[in-house]
Amino acid sequence: MSDHDYQPSSKLGKWFNDRLPLLTLSNHLREYPTPKNLNYWWTFGGILTFCLIVQIVTGLTLAMHYIPDSDLAFASVEHIMRDVNYGWLIRYVHANGASMFFLAVYIHIFRALYYGSYKSPREIIWIIGMIIYFLMMATAFMGYVLPWGQMSFWGATVITNLFSAIPFVGEGIVAWLWGGFAVDNPTLTRFYALHYLLPFLIFGLVALHIWALHIPGNNNPIGIEIKKPSKDTVPFHPYIVIKDGFALLMFMIVFAFFVFYSPNILGHADNYIEANPMVTPAHIVPEWYLLPFYAILRSVPDKLFGVIAMFAAIFVLIILPWLDTSKIRSAVFRPLYKQFYWILFIDVLILGYMGAMPAEGLYLLIARVATAYYFIHFLIILPILGYKEKTRPVPLSITEPVLGGSPNLENIKKKII
Amino acid sequence: MKKIITLTYLIFLLSIGSYQVNAAEKTDLLKIDWSFKGLFGKFDRGSLQRGYQVYSEVCAGCHSMKYLSYRNLSEKGGPEFSVEQVKAIASSFEVTDGPNEDGDMFTRPAKLSDKFVKPYENEKAAQAANGGAYPPDMSVLAKARSGGADYLYSLLLGYEAPPSGTTLDEGVYYNKYMYGNNIRMAKPLDDGLVEYSDGTTASEEQMAKDVVTFLMWAAEPHLESRHKMGFKAIVYLIILTILVYFSMKKIWSRVETEV
Repeated sequence: MSDHDYQPSSKLGKWFNDRLPLLTLSNHLREYPTPKNLNYWWTFGGILTFCLIVQIVTGLTLAMHYIPDSDLAFASVEHIMRDVNYGWLIRYVHANGASMFFLAVYIHIFRALYYGSYKSPREIIWIIGMIIYFLMMATAFMGYVLPWGQMSFWGATVITNLFSAIPFVGEGIVAWLWGGFAVDNPTLTRFYALHYLLPFLIFGLVALHIWALHIPGNNNPIGIEIKKPSKDTVPFHPYIVIKDGFALLMFMIVFAFFVFYSPNILGHADNYIEANPMVTPAHIVPEWYLLPFYAILRSVPDKLFGVIAMFAAIFVLIILPWLDTSKIRSAVFRPLYKQFYWILFIDVLILGYMGAMPAEGLYLLIARVATAYYFIHFLIILPILGYKEKTRPVPLSITEPVLGGSPNLENIKKKII
Repeated sequence: MKKIITLTYLIFLLSIGSYQVNAAEKTDLLKIDWSFKGLFGKFDRGSLQRGYQVYSEVCAGCHSMKYLSYRNLSEKGGPEFSVEQVKAIASSFEVTDGPNEDGDMFTRPAKLSDKFVKPYENEKAAQAANGGAYPPDMSVLAKARSGGADYLYSLLLGYEAPPSGTTLDEGVYYNKYMYGNNIRMAKPLDDGLVEYSDGTTASEEQMAKDVVTFLMWAAEPHLESRHKMGFKAIVYLIILTILVYFSMKKIWSRVETEV
């Protein structure tokens, strides 16, 4: 890349940069050529980085006051809410931050699906992203256990019990996860330790995710390879920085709305009841962002195959770059894929809704159809579509379609004046 | 594309707003205008003080409030009793302290820093005294039931004669809003059960409203400062967003593309 030629202007800078090229790195980040036609769906990468940092900072602060002990955890959360200065703010930001994090990651993933961002040469970015997503789910699940409310306890019981479906060693694995014969204090303390650890693994993977992104550069809404740098690109700073900043602020307004005006709406009321192993809640429901997978799990009648289906639902995403056989990336030029994309989107929403409903009668039937369709989309439709679909002609550069549009002509006129 | 994104964002914002309204409208719960709802929602100070009176005279016989301290009653955003009043309230309770220099436990009147004294020694004692049912701790009760304040209010007023054909066990009562309609708590409120010191008529509805307001504060003692800070934060964010929007437009005007 061209930025390897970068030379700091000062003597000291040169001396330092020869020994540790941090200035080259920062120059690379500033100059990084970015397609100029990125739309707002591309701003969620920056938003997600913000979410991760918010979670780490608020989490660190909460950890200073929280006590991971089955007798004291619930009370220590109440202590944070009542007596710690701005403890309520920190906890509500952290709790709603998890939901905001998942909201952003789902938009980020669906953007990648729409514009084919997972295709060659970006498979590694996609796979790292999927690992991050998986770790996020694990982290969020363990974080939800920490307040030691009824949903914490029973959610943990249900999810860890899934591993008992593994033949022969299942029971042993579950006891090993629990550190005993039921979810109890050892489970809480180890979940706390892991909940503290995983975000830093995610942080490292995010660095790799961005590194891997900076090798081929960003995909873009029309999904073509572009020359970098060229007329089709803008330097990251200030163009993308200000745009990401603007989108981040819009996102923060939504975030603030939840934190200040409906901080508990995304949680479950039962989690304000202290964990009680003797009383099972009427419905055990995971957090909203895990619901589609929960629906898949329950729609398979056999426990073991349910667990396999649930993990397979994530696994098909990991191998997606090889399931989608189309050479064209963006759905803009794939009329059929575009329709299937929206069907999948609705399918996932249906799965999410069914995950929150009791698994019986019509709900269960719909969940089963939706689960089947989810796998059909990835395993049958996508491989075939690549061969059968008549795609629309793809432009040679970004400038070509952009200059063709009428609103932009005015823009050019303005510039001339 | 841009329009779609703007539209999605607006729909999203609106749906958050309407979801809030819907969440409160659980089909058949009784609804009243709570002063603490909405962007500028605040607790009604008089209602909080009366609510504490109802709690201490009616509920506290069975229900603990273990996460509250007496000092909370005089803190900003709460019932805001004067410190002297709260000291008087606290000193009417006895707490066990110690051990003293001789190694003995002793009792003393409660202080501002003490937690609310529990009606029963432990959960088993509470169950034994209440026919096997444990009266739940009321500290976060308003957040621990779906429907929140509306649910508690409805429950307090939801006692009625069981429909014909239903037989209730000994010590079980029929309540329209209770999950499964069977409740172990006898109808707690009746007109004129307490005598409000501020002259308000102690009707059943009034007492229910007051005590639920009190419970909401107990569950969410920083609600007022949260609402105040939220308004400032969102106004600040909106102004900043507008400023950033125009600088973005300015910067991108150098490029032949729209943002």
